[in-house]
Amino acid sequence: MKNLLKLLVLLLALGCSKPKNNSLAIFDYKGLQPLLEKSDNITYVVNFWATWCKPCVKELPAFEKLKKEYSEKGVEVILVSLDFPNQIESSLKPFIRKEKLQSKVVVLDDPDQNNWIPKINEKWSGSIPATLIYNKDKREFFERSFTYEELEGELKKFINK
Amino acid sequence: MKAIKTIGVLALFLVTVAFTIKDGYKVGDKVEDFSLKNVDGKMVSLSDFDSAKGFIVVFTCNHCPYSKMYEDRIIALDKKYKEKGYPVIAINPNDPKASPGDDFESMMERAKSKGFTFPYLFDKGQKVYPKFGATRTPHVFILNKNKGDLKVAYIGAVDNNARNASDVSERYVETAVDELLSGKEVTNKETKAIGCSIKVQ
Repeated sequence: MKNLLKLLVLLLALGCSKPKNNSLAIFDYKGLQPLLEKSDNITYVVNFWATWCKPCVKELPAFEKLKKEYSEKGVEVILVSLDFPNQIESSLKPFIRKEKLQSKVVVLDDPDQNNWIPKINEKWSGSIPATLIYNKDKREFFERSFTYEELEGELKKFINK
Repeated sequence: MKAIKTIGVLALFLVTVAFTIKDGYKVGDKVEDFSLKNVDGKMVSLSDFDSAKGFIVVFTCNHCPYSKMYEDRIIALDKKYKEKGYPVIAINPNDPKASPGDDFESMMERAKSKGFTFPYLFDKGQKVYPKFGATRTPHVFILNKNKGDLKVAYIGAVDNNARNASDVSERYVETAVDELLSGKEVTNKETKAIGCSIKVQ
């Protein structure tokens, strides 16, 4: 029991001392799924991207701005990175630091793409960037790039009722 | 009244055209021939391949990491199936102005350095990929000759593991072409995979 307590304290200490960027969550589809199916009062804007994808990187500021403008209005932005596992340390983490990304970033590492792509949206061919906007009442999927105005326009269809 | 009717018909026509262009070929659709410039400077059409039973058309490019991961496997597909009547035809659908590294010169270099055994065509003016409805690189379309017509038999990915060829457990393209070679219908006609969006200006 005492040992267990020690272990707990140690784990807590480790958890606290870890800088935020190093604790990037890496999911397979099963792990990611709960983030795509929440039924609380938040509207989720889920963007699928990667550091190697030029149009994705180009539109990221729009999502960051959306987070800034709407995070207190019941909106959460989740950036799902499809960077390869061997590039998380070399590309993704430095990118997050350099761009000072404020939105929540998670990594989806699941090679069985033919299985999970249609589960996210039946019509998604698999190209990125792609974005899912959803809340407990409504769901829309976009296989395209966004400007801030376009993205905000789509979001407003979810939050202005 | 007549004018309204005309406008209505015209609108319907435009909508139909817009949707057709956006969606592109579906499995079973007849494919139109095209004429595109190969990295050797010659124009290539599907009708040039008299003895072909069909084609493995791959929309791919230089810059996309997913395309790069599949280059060796696409060469292997061509080597395996060209003799059997299903050669690979690679097409770069990207606008080089929007996608540095995907210009014709770079295509020539890449084809040479990787030793491409198949035509690597440039979709100049981006007229061919929308007809196919290709959306990403790499994006495979298997075509099959049927009573003189070329029809789409499969749309999707090469296999089920981009990152690691040795972890592949389902070879979608190989299975489909093998089925066609033995006179069967393709079982798994469509698959999905992550890829780079096709770059337009």
